[in-house]
Amino acid sequence: MAQFNLTVNGQSHQVDVDADTPILWVLRDTLKLVGTKYGCGIAQCGACTIHVDGKAARSCSLPIGAAEGKKITTIEGLSEDGSHPVQQAWIKHDVPQCGYCQAGQIMTASAFLAENKNPTDSEIVEAMNGNICRCGTYTRIKAAVKSAAENV
Amino acid sequence: MTKNIDNNRRSFLKVTAAAGGGMMIGFNFLGCEAKPRIAEFVAPNLEVPSKWNTLNGFLKIGENGVVTIMSPNPEIGQNVKTSMPMIVAEELDADWDRVIVEQADLDTDNFVRQIAGGSQSIRFGWKSLRETGAKARHMLLTAASEQLAVPMEELTTNKGKIYHKASDTVLDYGEVATAAASIEVPKDIALKDPKEFNIIGKSTKNVDGFNIAQGKPLFGLDIMEDGMKIAMIEHPPAFGMKIKSLDDSAAKVMAGISDVIRINVEPQGWNPQWSDVNAYPELVAVVGESTWQVMKAKKALKIEWEQDSDLESSAGHVATMEEALSSGKGEVARTDGDPDAAFADAAQVIEKTYTAPFLAHNTMEPMNFYANVTDDKAELVGPIQTPQFLEGTIEGVLGIPKENITIKMTRMGGGFGRRLYGHFGTEAALISKAVSAPVKLVYSREDDMTQGTYRPAYMVTYKAGLDDDGNLTAFQIKGAGIPGSPVFANRYPAGAVDNYTVENYQVATNISTGAWRAPRSNFIATAEQSFLDEVAEAAGKDPIDFRIALFERAQNNPVGADNDYDAERYAGVLKLVKEKSGWGTDTPGVYRGVSAYYCHNSYVAQVLDVALEDGLPKLKKVYCAVDCGIVVNPEGAINQIEGGIVDGIGHAMYSTLSFEDGVPQQSNFDKYRLIRHAEAPEVIEVHFVDNGIDPTGLGEPSLPPIGAALANALYKATGTRMYRQPYVDQVKLLG
Ligand code: FES
Ligand code: FES
Repeated sequence: MAQFNLTVNGQSHQVDVDADTPILWVLRDTLKLVGTKYGCGIAQCGACTIHVDGKAARSCSLPIGAAEGKKITTIEGLSEDGSHPVQQAWIKHDVPQCGYCQAGQIMTASAFLAENKNPTDSEIVEAMNGNICRCGTYTRIKAAVKSAAENV
Repeated sequence: MTKNIDNNRRSFLKVTAAAGGGMMIGFNFLGCEAKPRIAEFVAPNLEVPSKWNTLNGFLKIGENGVVTIMSPNPEIGQNVKTSMPMIVAEELDADWDRVIVEQADLDTDNFVRQIAGGSQSIRFGWKSLRETGAKARHMLLTAASEQLAVPMEELTTNKGKIYHKASDTVLDYGEVATAAASIEVPKDIALKDPKEFNIIGKSTKNVDGFNIAQGKPLFGLDIMEDGMKIAMIEHPPAFGMKIKSLDDSAAKVMAGISDVIRINVEPQGWNPQWSDVNAYPELVAVVGESTWQVMKAKKALKIEWEQDSDLESSAGHVATMEEALSSGKGEVARTDGDPDAAFADAAQVIEKTYTAPFLAHNTMEPMNFYANVTDDKAELVGPIQTPQFLEGTIEGVLGIPKENITIKMTRMGGGFGRRLYGHFGTEAALISKAVSAPVKLVYSREDDMTQGTYRPAYMVTYKAGLDDDGNLTAFQIKGAGIPGSPVFANRYPAGAVDNYTVENYQVATNISTGAWRAPRSNFIATAEQSFLDEVAEAAGKDPIDFRIALFERAQNNPVGADNDYDAERYAGVLKLVKEKSGWGTDTPGVYRGVSAYYCHNSYVAQVLDVALEDGLPKLKKVYCAVDCGIVVNPEGAINQIEGGIVDGIGHAMYSTLSFEDGVPQQSNFDKYRLIRHAEAPEVIEVHFVDNGIDPTGLGEPSLPPIGAALANALYKATGTRMYRQPYVDQVKLLG
């Protein structure tokens, strides 16, 4: 076990965990921020996507040490009240079916739109291609990202 | 029968304003305020009443008129948590903006069929949900008529209010709710004319949508409780193996690890129910503080396995099905006319064989369950499609009487049939009992994918005879599956062909299989509709016209009496998709395939457009026509249909679960290929048949036909027919 200092959603935390613990499990088990989801654990599905210094990252495959000194944002910190344009677009387009993948989709989309304010359809598809939705909400995700782009 | 309850249980409610409309939803399963919960409340400016009046098991009305409607069935993403309460609210004439939807626990006194399966929630719930709402409305009206001393006939309702026109009086439901709660529930009740519906038929947002977008704890995996431990299981690496010996010395001493135990979910003398499907009843469980620590300890286990039955391989599966089909030892399920003679007389005979592999369900949220078992009580919380059966299993395996078992359902990160089989709930309970602590059992993706209740592997041979004019005169289907045949003997084209026969073959296996979204239909539709496309071509006919001619035959002069489809409705969706897709007008570079299927009492027809980009197929558009009767929530229904289409394309095109010596060869998404964004159709357009018939299934029916629409479009694009799933292997060969 070792101590790590983290900044998650603007708050500082000190956690005592094994040094090889992926950020995902520190968020979920230690900080009880369970919005970030476990889907595969091997960087294949995107369910665990968070922002590290504003960039989308797979928290299941980043050891906790990689978070030190960085700004971590999770779905819980994307906005205080669900008002982020991407969250609003997700509600408007009624995107989810089961909903399990959607936090990861929203985190990928919001990091992408922060960089590319005016994406083409194919840029959206490319940006979202790493996030699996087992329920198949892909056409809705595309529509929601497009409409969020107008409001970011 | 009726009672008033104070709101002390609800004092912990957290109410926040929801943007973009939406409703208050969910509740705190574990009833604890101070720590992370599951499923918080979110409400749009709703004031939570201090007192609820319970009108029946489904309905509570607060003194301020806010209505709580229970959602009885498990929510797996099929959106029943929105659509079932909508049906109650419709007949109640509630104001949907002032409705709270609450997930019901397993409660066999108040609810029937709390199951998510077979696309039947709405179909079976339709009448009783409507009656529930209508009866409550009647009780409110009775109370109002007493209070106002006017005849009930003079009262009308709208959006949670009661109107007496003559005296210009308006009462909120909340004002009469207390009185209504002590009125006897009426026995018979008149229901609305569907023409008067104003909630049913209107697109209504997912009641959990706002919580999902905020990452709120809604799922079984999100449960946190004080003193809760994390448990994981280790199961044998191959079907046909079991535990020989366990050396836990290294794992046990690792940081955060408290217990390593062996459990058995099928104790001697226990008589399993249908839902107790499990290839590995005996497992090793590791229990500890955190998921990561337990994951690491699992790797440190030294387990010797031993073989206790055959170790099967995929190559062997194909060979065994081929052998079975040519053995002539099938079970004849139906024969019309004289197929042998008709084939002998045919001008043309076409015979083709189709296969598909095992598939894993791969719900995005892996299997998990929370259990807290004390002396003679068990509390279970988690994702389960069959809570009532889980209760029966817990009673049987742990010997705890049903009245001491509570089962609460979380929102599920996907079901697809996997969570019909609740062994993970039993495992969690056994572990909790053994370690005397509440535990959350968590499957890793690998644990989940390699211990499935898989979609069986299938093989089917179709044979068709055509006369000189291209009329279908004989039809034979021979189906084999590991373990059961996929063929439905009385489905189309049964009834449309004079000489028709079906033979079924079963091949035994030790691999655990089960229902996978649209069981059997998910394969047989792709085979049948691909074959008919080929037969239509051989007959020199347009594939839609060819199918419609068969429906006309089945409608006007059906062969046999047991045909389990309505030929007119079937033809209706084909005609609709023909019109909407502009079938028959060719667009250069676009290749079209058509398909239609009937299952779960609903009819679906699809046209899929493929283009070749850099030699690879690109799915441009799907047109989909659906006849599922009345559509309760159009937006939610369209979402289901889109999902079924993407799911069907994905699995027919890309997915496979194969075996070598009993070992699943895919254990995570690096090897098990699921469809991704870029591979999904760019546009999906859905059209409903508007016929006012009572609603039928919607969670499954759009999936089965699409694999054939894809195969038929790929054939047009590449000149190659797709006989083997996943098609990607053949498309790759073409590229
Ligand atoms: S859980 Fe991290 S990518 Fe799948
Ligand atoms: S909504 Fe279920 S996995 Fe995406």
